[in-house]
Amino acid sequence: MAPRKTATAASRKKPAEKSGLNGGITDFDKAAEIKAYSEMLMIRRFEEKAGQLYGMGFIGGFCHLYIGQEAVVVGMQMALKDGDQVITGYRDHGHMLVCGMEPRGVMAELTGRRDGYSRGKGGSMHMFSKEKDFYGGHGIVGGQVSLGTGLGFANRYRGNDNVSLTYFGDGAANQGQVYESFNMAALWKLPVVYIIENNRYAMGTSTERSTAQSNFSLRGASFGIPGHQVDGMDVRAVHAAAIEAVAHCRAGKGPIILEMLTYRYRGHSMSDPAKYRTKDEVQKMRSEHDPIEQVKARILKLKHAGEDDLKAIDKQVREVVADAADFAQNNPEPDASELYTDILL
Amino acid sequence: MTIDILMPALSPTMEEGTLSKWLKNEGDTIASGDVLAEIETDKATMEVEAVDEGVLGKIVVPAGSENVKVNAVIGVILEEGESASDIGAPKAAEAAPSAAPKAAEADAKSDAAAPVPAAPKAPVANTAVSDPSIPEGTEMVPTTVREALRDAMAEEMRADDDVFVMGEEVAEYQGAYKITQGLLAEFGDRRVVDTPITEHGFAGLGVGASMAGLKPIVEFMTFNFAMQAIDQIVNSAAKTLYMSGGQMGAPIVFRGPNGAAARVGAQHSQCYAAWYSHIPGLKVVMPYSAADAKGLLKAAIRDPNPIIFLENEILYGQTFDVPKIDDFVLPIGKARIHKAGADVTIVSFGIGMTYALKAIEELSKLGIDVELIDLRTIRPMDLPTVIESVKKTGRLVTVEEGFPQSSVGTEIATRVQQQAFDYLDAPIITIAGKDVPMPYAANLEKLALPNVAEIIEAVKAVTYTA
Repeated sequence: MAPRKTATAASRKKPAEKSGLNGGITDFDKAAEIKAYSEMLMIRRFEEKAGQLYGMGFIGGFCHLYIGQEAVVVGMQMALKDGDQVITGYRDHGHMLVCGMEPRGVMAELTGRRDGYSRGKGGSMHMFSKEKDFYGGHGIVGGQVSLGTGLGFANRYRGNDNVSLTYFGDGAANQGQVYESFNMAALWKLPVVYIIENNRYAMGTSTERSTAQSNFSLRGASFGIPGHQVDGMDVRAVHAAAIEAVAHCRAGKGPIILEMLTYRYRGHSMSDPAKYRTKDEVQKMRSEHDPIEQVKARILKLKHAGEDDLKAIDKQVREVVADAADFAQNNPEPDASELYTDILL
Repeated sequence: MTIDILMPALSPTMEEGTLSKWLKNEGDTIASGDVLAEIETDKATMEVEAVDEGVLGKIVVPAGSENVKVNAVIGVILEEGESASDIGAPKAAEAAPSAAPKAAEADAKSDAAAPVPAAPKAPVANTAVSDPSIPEGTEMVPTTVREALRDAMAEEMRADDDVFVMGEEVAEYQGAYKITQGLLAEFGDRRVVDTPITEHGFAGLGVGASMAGLKPIVEFMTFNFAMQAIDQIVNSAAKTLYMSGGQMGAPIVFRGPNGAAARVGAQHSQCYAAWYSHIPGLKVVMPYSAADAKGLLKAAIRDPNPIIFLENEILYGQTFDVPKIDDFVLPIGKARIHKAGADVTIVSFGIGMTYALKAIEELSKLGIDVELIDLRTIRPMDLPTVIESVKKTGRLVTVEEGFPQSSVGTEIATRVQQQAFDYLDAPIITIAGKDVPMPYAANLEKLALPNVAEIIEAVKAVTYTA
């Protein structure tokens, strides 16, 4: 087996002066810590349940879980305002939940039922909510980057101060249209935060084996797009970067890239045994850098809340997830007449 | 309540697997995310992670067991305060929530012989609409197709600030083929946007802008270059409305010259009518005359769906009468009977009409009265107009420039023989470009394209004229 780099996300993090961010971390007050904990836990439990329902045959096809990466989307979302848009690829359940989409509707879409967000016609990879400014949910690797750039274009066209948060992975970062989009976004100063969720594996191919320049924050350099590497396992670091990035866009300075150094604990999809990395590597990330455990430890240490309070949050989260799962299993399949609806307006 | 651990499905197609190893023993404490066991599927060895917390109370299926069915109980977790005595008899798989696993099982096992419920009937495109009547005495203005297209865009841009045009050389250069001439001066660079040479990127950007509610007109310098962008056209523009359950669509027009020009070789001479007509979620329009170009482009810009609007470089400079009407909009999805006739039906569209028109002139000298239908829209296709005509004439010839296999003509032929077989008095002839990449040499290019003589021969053949 080829030698692997065993650097953790934290050890790969660039010093703050290189990242260009002020210190790299904002301290969270009690409310922010509890919010981050609750939201990350919601994603974690939701995804675990989705994995279980997949195992039981309720969810079919492809199902990509977000477990391990929760801090990225939670930290980013905490910096947004109403009207900002979010778009991502196929590992999208966490993004939908933090955008405020209903767990019931998301889970029912996963099970292909009529009250799913896409009436059962989209599935895990294809959900949208105009109301929550969530623009999908896209299955073609990199496709959402051009689309997200278009969302930014629409903001500039309308002269509003909304920002497009365009998420993609280290795998998508090698697609050509990403650079076509970077060029236009920089040329026209479009308000787009490009968030590269670098979880180190494009399906089974590590960044070391797939990318000539694996510091993805530099990928916009030839277009003059600033970029920063961020510890994507620390929700405070993500949030600090998000605040600066979103402010950069709102000030009309054009796009910005945030490379989130993160890690997915599960395989690429439910059917991936993840043999391309060692168990030690996964275990090390889980035990030393888990985004939820980090927050939990701080909450307990600073006495923001006690074990019992956190247990109560956990219980509440589990109830919401169980309710969503129950709903998603019992909701009827779409009516056969839905086959021919929503093709054209 | 004890919690059953079920044999999980770990791939889209797995029905059973081998429980190769338990990584926890009875009595071990279990937290969410702990690896409980390893399972061998047909593809790989997978780990089963715990979702629930508690103590592993009982291992029901021992390590090494083969052919363990998906959803069988393989172990039991005890929650806080429970003991092994709380474990009842192992519950059968059906104790697990029922409907979906059974459905999934049935699906997996169904073979070709299993009954599948019939799909509901596809709705028939509404072709009841017709062209607006042009009032007596309306002034007809000789207009080139080029000007008609420009006028259509300008009128719609004046009417709706959400409409903008983007593409290569559309602004300062005034359009590579001068279709956007004058637009920059009137509307400014906010709404007439020069793009870099980056088809995939700006097609996707346009679709994203349309998902946000704008109404982009994306010009491709030629549709040959749109091959770079076809993923965004098909996977994003055409499918989003369906994949979102109707929440979000893409009101966008992709337009530009399509098909062969003259002597530009294989990579620049291709008709995409059949390609895009294959895709549910798109409308495909291909006008011939200036009036149709104007009326249909205005309709396309207003249409809430993604539209492929196929123009032709050779037609750009041709002049036709366009009615001087304030808001001249034509219905998408409606064919036009260009000339009524009794003996044979010719269906064509776009540049194909130029061959057909020359042919019917010759044919009339032979006493053959052709009914010529200009399809105008390829998708949704106005088949009722074609069928009605074939019922009258009993004979059909189709004419197009695209490649012959899976062409628009073969689609028409298939559907006509399905729906009007008894009315046909002769086999349908489909005339298309030859089955070769477009050659450069003048003589070969001429041979590769359809020609008037072929159409005359075809009409003679279906009418059994010597």
